[in-house]
Amino acid sequence: MTDALWYFARGSGVVALVLLTVVVVLGIGARSGRPAFGLPRFAVSLVHRNAALLAVVFLVGHVIGLLFDPYAQLRFFDVVVPFVGNYRPVWQGFGTLGLDLLAAIVITSLLRHRLGVRAWRAVHWLAYLCWPVALLHGLGNGADRGTWWLWATSLTCAAAVTAAIGWRLSATFDRFPARAERRVAPRLRPHLEEASR
Amino acid sequence: MTRLHIDWTLCDGRGLCTELLEEMLAEDDWGFPLARDGSAEPAVPAPLENAAAHAVSRCPMLALRLVGRTS
Repeated sequence: MTDALWYFARGSGVVALVLLTVVVVLGIGARSGRPAFGLPRFAVSLVHRNAALLAVVFLVGHVIGLLFDPYAQLRFFDVVVPFVGNYRPVWQGFGTLGLDLLAAIVITSLLRHRLGVRAWRAVHWLAYLCWPVALLHGLGNGADRGTWWLWATSLTCAAAVTAAIGWRLSATFDRFPARAERRVAPRLRPHLEEASR
Repeated sequence: MTRLHIDWTLCDGRGLCTELLEEMLAEDDWGFPLARDGSAEPAVPAPLENAAAHAVSRCPMLALRLVGRTS
């Protein structure tokens, strides 16, 4: 029975990584401004939000499990302050850092109607840091590190996020690419072309 | 009477509101929402208040607001 928390903490960590991968991919899908993955636009946004909140639930379980597990001996401030742990401080620190970043992203998202779009978006960009940090934490810190199934899960997640970021950076990403052109008034366009020559 | 206010300085025509409030809003050729009744600040009928609140909460640019709620 004492092992239950330990196994639960390991399992919930992997589930959280998979959920965060879904969240990042759907977040990029939502940003594209068009229906994606067979979902209408509002549904992409809703599933993005709900998967993120579900990931938070699993992460809370992950952390609480390790706080009370007699084997992990996680101290309370290890949950908040990164890179000072007793066991593999760097890899554990990535987990703490990821948790802090995710907390910032989720709290600002829940308050975004009060914060305004600029502050919210600035913090939301941290997702591109949060996700790789979470992946590294799982690969380097987990008791399951090195197992084939954790590698397979991590590589699948990494492939999904890499593909989504590739789509995000591609020229066809914007739903209305022509809009960028319309931001310049027609009478100024010849000057712009001259300047770029 | 609740009305739906669209802040045109923020709206980017992402189109989530036109999906959630099809009864009230239509997309123009550039994806921006237009009130079907032609008004600048369309009235929200009571049965659509829930859907309007969803549209306000899902707008990625925070460009929508419900105004003049008396109840």
